[in-house]
Amino acid sequence: MSFLISGGRVVDGTGADEMRDVLIEDGIIAAPRVTSDGAETIDASGLVVAPGLVDLHTHVREPGREDEETIATASAAAAAGGYTAICAMPNTDPVADSAAIVEKVWAQGREVGLVDVIPAGALSRGLRGERMADIGEMIRSPAEVRLFTDDGRGVQNALFARRTMEYLAGFDAIYAEHCEDDGLAAGGQMHEGNWSAALGLRGIPAEAEELMAARDIALARLTGCRLHLLHISTAGTVKLVRRAKAEGVRVTAEATPHHFTLDDSALESYDPHLKVNPPLRTHADREAIVDGLADGTIDAIATDHAPHSMEEKEMEFTYAPPGMLGLETALALTLTELVAPGRIDMARAVELLATAPTRILGLEDQGSIAMGRPANVVIFDPDETWTVDPGEFHSKTRNTPYAGRSLTGRVRHVFFRGARTVADGRVLEEAPV
Amino acid sequence: MSMLKHLLSMDQLGAGEITRILDTAESLRQVTDRPIKKLPTLRGRTVCNLFYEASTRTRISFELAAKRLSADVINFSADAKSSVSKGESFKDTAWTLEAMGVDAIIVRHGSSGAPHQLARWVKASVLNAGDGFHEHPTQALLDLFSIRERFKDLEDLHVAIVGDIVHSRVARSNVKGLVTMGAKVTLVGPATLIPAQAKDWGATIEHDLDAVIEDVDVCYLLRVQKERQNEQLYPSDREYSILWGLDRRRASRMKPEALVMHPGPMNRGVEIAADVSESQRSIVLDQVANGLAVRMSLLYLMLGKPEDGVDVGASV
Amino acid sequence: MPAQAAGGAEFQLKTRVMGPDEIRRALIRISHEIVEGNKGSEDLVIVGIRTRGAPLADRVANTIASFEGVDLPSGALDVSLYRDDVALRGPRNLEATTVPGDLDGKIVVLVDDVLYTGRTIRAAFDAVLDMGRPKAIRLAVLVDRGHRELPIRADHVGKNLPTASEEVVKVHVEELDGEDAVLIGEFK
Repeated sequence: MSFLISGGRVVDGTGADEMRDVLIEDGIIAAPRVTSDGAETIDASGLVVAPGLVDLHTHVREPGREDEETIATASAAAAAGGYTAICAMPNTDPVADSAAIVEKVWAQGREVGLVDVIPAGALSRGLRGERMADIGEMIRSPAEVRLFTDDGRGVQNALFARRTMEYLAGFDAIYAEHCEDDGLAAGGQMHEGNWSAALGLRGIPAEAEELMAARDIALARLTGCRLHLLHISTAGTVKLVRRAKAEGVRVTAEATPHHFTLDDSALESYDPHLKVNPPLRTHADREAIVDGLADGTIDAIATDHAPHSMEEKEMEFTYAPPGMLGLETALALTLTELVAPGRIDMARAVELLATAPTRILGLEDQGSIAMGRPANVVIFDPDETWTVDPGEFHSKTRNTPYAGRSLTGRVRHVFFRGARTVADGRVLEEAPV
Repeated sequence: MSMLKHLLSMDQLGAGEITRILDTAESLRQVTDRPIKKLPTLRGRTVCNLFYEASTRTRISFELAAKRLSADVINFSADAKSSVSKGESFKDTAWTLEAMGVDAIIVRHGSSGAPHQLARWVKASVLNAGDGFHEHPTQALLDLFSIRERFKDLEDLHVAIVGDIVHSRVARSNVKGLVTMGAKVTLVGPATLIPAQAKDWGATIEHDLDAVIEDVDVCYLLRVQKERQNEQLYPSDREYSILWGLDRRRASRMKPEALVMHPGPMNRGVEIAADVSESQRSIVLDQVANGLAVRMSLLYLMLGKPEDGVDVGASV
Repeated sequence: MPAQAAGGAEFQLKTRVMGPDEIRRALIRISHEIVEGNKGSEDLVIVGIRTRGAPLADRVANTIASFEGVDLPSGALDVSLYRDDVALRGPRNLEATTVPGDLDGKIVVLVDDVLYTGRTIRAAFDAVLDMGRPKAIRLAVLVDRGHRELPIRADHVGKNLPTASEEVVKVHVEELDGEDAVLIGEFK
């Protein structure tokens, strides 16, 4: 089956932004020919053609909380959002701290076949931060784990962090940190600041994140390990990363759409849908995140897609678990909040959402529409305005604060390894592999 | 004309509304002094006390206020954590009460903002009877009433609120109410117990009680929560008492007409000395009596024609 | 100054049915009737129903006091908390209820400006009975405009005024409105 994507604006993440045709043949990007007999033509005039998006940070909830999300539903949500690969976080039940679990996640992703599901491994057994997980075995397994994290918690013990970084450096694998000092953050419900003081909610100071980011940067310098900072949220962390990069530390960072679109003033409603960890920070932090995304300090946009049931999200604010969905709104939020106001250009958006995550994870099959590469392509309308209706989500849950919000930019078609996973905005249920 | 659909925060009330609530309470206070204390005003109305935190004082004050106005009262006490484990969520409970047709829900909850959430789910009026560390508006209103009763006017009075401001819903509501009414507010206590952001609340921050004690018209003492000792917020109750407790020596330096207030229950010997709590200056028992009148006033004003209500809560 | 009805409609005057002199004479007559009916001023307590019944009660009490040469107490009653339309019309601003002394065994004369449906008087009965056990309650009104909804009748009436139900009767008193007058009009 071959497809000719004709007349689109091709933004491939290399900085190029040009009008050209793209031919998909036998699952790969083929050389354009004069005649494309037998190819189905997709009229992409007015649309952007880009490498399929890659999410560094997805909670697929399988195994353990299949009532909230499964690898199948997360894959469908990812495809609907324009993704062709997602990195599955290890804080499942059981925790992905052994080769058996990551292999199972990886295999289930292949079976579903809508996106590449790339498991991340836990740093520590049971995410307890005490004993190393089976890091080498996970790296050598068919899942080829390359990113390790205890996400959901930060590693509290500096010696454990150091030893793990040293060990990972030997494999050139990535130590990814959820930066949060438990002592400082204890019992925190939201960002510590004017709003937490006014709303009477315990605060999590920016310093809880920055202290650990600073520690990890120092340890990365010491060990030479590749460090990736997950969902950074404060102006101080952006500054730390900027300086570390200038000094040549091997550090990358990601930020979530909610941290560049919302701030702590929204919590005035006490809506648990706005409860996330790290928390929504101040307006100034949000501006610093946008600056970091624009100037390259922050490498990638990652969703921290975290499905939670309505029952959990309708609890009292203090008891509701943190986290919100992200896969089906990330692209549109990026286009609406960053590209449309001119904070970044389309090429940078594609870099943040597709090529940079590919580079960080070292994926060979993603993030490019160069000739001969597997055809992982998203085609989206950068001008279509739509209203977020959680009822139409492919995720099992509906926990988004963006319901009813009008966004610009919508996914039209997605090709995963040459096969069509989304056509005219609809996820094709049976994806031919 | 009814004034409010819900009372969630003192932010909702301007000086005019506060004055109306206090004036109405003053009329109702007369009724509480006569032999037959019951009024038929809210006959046929149903009020539910939904208490997720134990609070005998506030609950019986609301219960009596509702009964004095002839409303039917249901008491629903629950422990948030245990009802969640039983599968009865906050929202389920809200819907259950809604289905029973209650007209007002008086809610006390350990989670800040729970009354705001409740107000989004039910048609009944929601009265915040204390939520987490956020607010306790009826306490602030009865305190304003008690101060006004003694000084006639709140404008330019100097009120010191002393103690654990960070974890106090009483302090948050009182600062808002007092500032709205034109009083001068000083927050006094150890730096660990006063949020740095409080300077934006229109209050002054002072860490030395002795520096203000001679100037204040009201010294409002907050309860010291015993468990805070274990959170590295101050070294010991003994040290707290020495530096921020109101003992007889400090009280003797206050202006002759200055008042001592406390929301109760008191830790005598910690934030307040027993003899000070029983002195002429102390209006702690007035506060309790006035609580009843202020809560009657609110129920009367809020349970009028609901369609006229300004739905402040749902717009937040 | 045009008065505003609840819906924002304006009061349009049709007739001025009583002026200061008529009102004065009517109140004097009522005062005499009260004393006559009671065979003296003993045990009398004159209580006006707020808002405009209160100044009228004061005048009646003063009139009786002066021609009987006694000290006659008067009071004022806010019946808002006893009304049967709180849920329909919403809460009203409360005014002080001041009743002189103990009502037990007294003859309470309620004074109001206009007797209409009778519901206000019904509320006033409950309010009085919650404050004590008077020997009797009597009712004096400046104007009876008819259209009763309850079996209530005034003992002393200043003027019977047949009206249509869409008409509005307004009483102005010197103490609150700067003039004494009874007006008929409509809200338009």
